[in-house]
Amino acid sequence: MSTETLRIVWIYPDLLSTYGDRGNMLILARRAWQRGFRVEVLEVRSDQQMPTTADIYLIGGGEDGPQALGAQRLLADGGLHRAVAQGSVVFGVCAGYQLLGTSFFAKGTQYRGLELLDLSSDRGPTRAVGELAGDIDARLGLPPLTGFENHGGRTHLGPGVSPLARVTAGIGNDGATEGAWRGKLLGTYSHGPALARNPALADLLLRWATGAHQLPPLDDTWADRLRAERQGAVAAARA
Amino acid sequence: MPLRAKVASSVSRTAAALSRAAGRGDGSVIGGWLGLKIDPDLLAHLSAGRAIALVSGTNGKTTTTRLAAAAVGVLGRVATNSFGANMPTGHTSALAKAGSTPYAVLEVDEHYLAQVIEATDPHVVALLNLSRDQLDRAKEVAMMAQLWRTALARHPDVRIVANADDPLVVWAATPPASHDQQITPPHVTWFSAGQRWHDDSWVCPECGSTIQRSGEQWWCTGCPLRRPDPQWTVDDEGVVDPTGAWYKVKLQLPGKVNLGNSATALALAAEFGVRPFDAVPRLGDVTSVAGRYAQVERDGRTVRLLLAKNPASWLEAFDMAEQAPTLLSINARDPDGLDTSWLFDVDFAPLRGRQVLITGDRAYDLAVRLDVNDVPFQHVRTFDDAVRAVPPGRLEVIANYTAFQDIRAELDRVN
Ligand SMILES: [Zn+2]
Repeated sequence: MSTETLRIVWIYPDLLSTYGDRGNMLILARRAWQRGFRVEVLEVRSDQQMPTTADIYLIGGGEDGPQALGAQRLLADGGLHRAVAQGSVVFGVCAGYQLLGTSFFAKGTQYRGLELLDLSSDRGPTRAVGELAGDIDARLGLPPLTGFENHGGRTHLGPGVSPLARVTAGIGNDGATEGAWRGKLLGTYSHGPALARNPALADLLLRWATGAHQLPPLDDTWADRLRAERQGAVAAARA
Repeated sequence: MPLRAKVASSVSRTAAALSRAAGRGDGSVIGGWLGLKIDPDLLAHLSAGRAIALVSGTNGKTTTTRLAAAAVGVLGRVATNSFGANMPTGHTSALAKAGSTPYAVLEVDEHYLAQVIEATDPHVVALLNLSRDQLDRAKEVAMMAQLWRTALARHPDVRIVANADDPLVVWAATPPASHDQQITPPHVTWFSAGQRWHDDSWVCPECGSTIQRSGEQWWCTGCPLRRPDPQWTVDDEGVVDPTGAWYKVKLQLPGKVNLGNSATALALAAEFGVRPFDAVPRLGDVTSVAGRYAQVERDGRTVRLLLAKNPASWLEAFDMAEQAPTLLSINARDPDGLDTSWLFDVDFAPLRGRQVLITGDRAYDLAVRLDVNDVPFQHVRTFDDAVRAVPPGRLEVIANYTAFQDIRAELDRVN
């Protein structure tokens, strides 16, 4: 963190906000504020210049047209790349996750991605819609991932990234792995307000951004109940 | 009507009656389903000889259909699918049940609009809005606009009543040949009903550029698509018609959104020659729509039910609900959509300062959302628990689709 204030940027809410993506910004800001950080949140529209000095950048989901347009604008702007070079945290969800890779498909055409993560996405045989669950990379020290996915893409990971999780329910990248991470960049198909169901993942992003090894615990009663209920639903569907 | 259609129509009516008698729903779907099995063209046969209006969009179509049917009723008997059964089976049942009527006003699920235009050859189609709703299985909203546009382009004689405030609707209502919105196609009448929800229309459906907004105006930064001047508008508890005449509209339905729905209904009825002066009093006779807005007394509490099924309609519900204890109920069953992410697209802050109760299959999703939103709440297991948890007086209930149906069923058991 470069200053006293934690700065969170939500990238292009005018283009990439199809599924309650605002939730991730609200949750991060609140959890930081509850730990006593001063927080500044900035919604940067696609016709505005991308600030290069924020601590956390969020990219949400979107339909094909906006996704392609978003990638084009971010490549032309270059601000996000400078921020990443300076060590900022990036969290991408669904279309925003695909954008971080080298290429993705939208409207039947292959588009160049931001090339921040070593992965590429194409179209799968079916649309992946439903509960998504997985065991997260042990090095990250997080409880299992729970989410809801809704995407037509399949994502192929290169050697430069690690899968975020091994899939236990749903499709994720390809039915075996889900999401990806490298350094302080992390993406997931758990769409929309992914952090609502995964407060520990929110705290991981906050620890990356602040350099804190530990953060004081918060009252996560409702999130814990929601997680348990969803895990129960996944287990019941499998039985 | 061909014999086959007559038989099918009669079977459809009988099946609907049997279904009702057996207590299995109102019969508005099963009857139509059976009838269509016998005569696949039954909807077309039942439509022949009637002047038909179709009402479609993501939000407000049930209420607008109810209001429009009341307005067209000035001219004569109107068949309508007033139970909200808005797919072809429901239309078939509604027309069969109504017998021969000169007019019909039908609510149409937005996915079926193209098909129902083909079958019913309508005189007028009202396009209300397109916003995200059940995205885990619905087509993307832009694709829906494309489907509407293609269907309407195939029927250039259909009169269109369309929402000037929704870029997707304006684009869908405008044939590809007349991109320049300065030239309004002859058969489109634009209305402005005061739309609040804008988050689905930042990108131009025509060229992909950004759409800019200033006040009520909007325009594409890359092509000529822009807000057309509306001929019907709402103003100060009333509706303004294309001549500039203002009519006070006194409704029993709550909220600004229903004033907007009234403007749409009056614009639609005007396409049949109905004068607002004659229709306005009939709008005031509408008290509830498929159980929505209905008030029920229960243990000394006056319970009012509001349906809110997507972010746009939650904003409207907060506007309609009075400052009173409020129960929110959320399910995520098939008819609701399985995904609850949209909860984060709703700002629940207007509920701060009220007693808020939550229930439903997915109450925990709502709990996490309200927590982040700084809205204190209390979780209850059942509707009865909610009634007991609030003091005598008013209880506002806002629920999404199946949660709403659950609570209606619960209230029906006692009342
Ligand atoms: Zn345009």
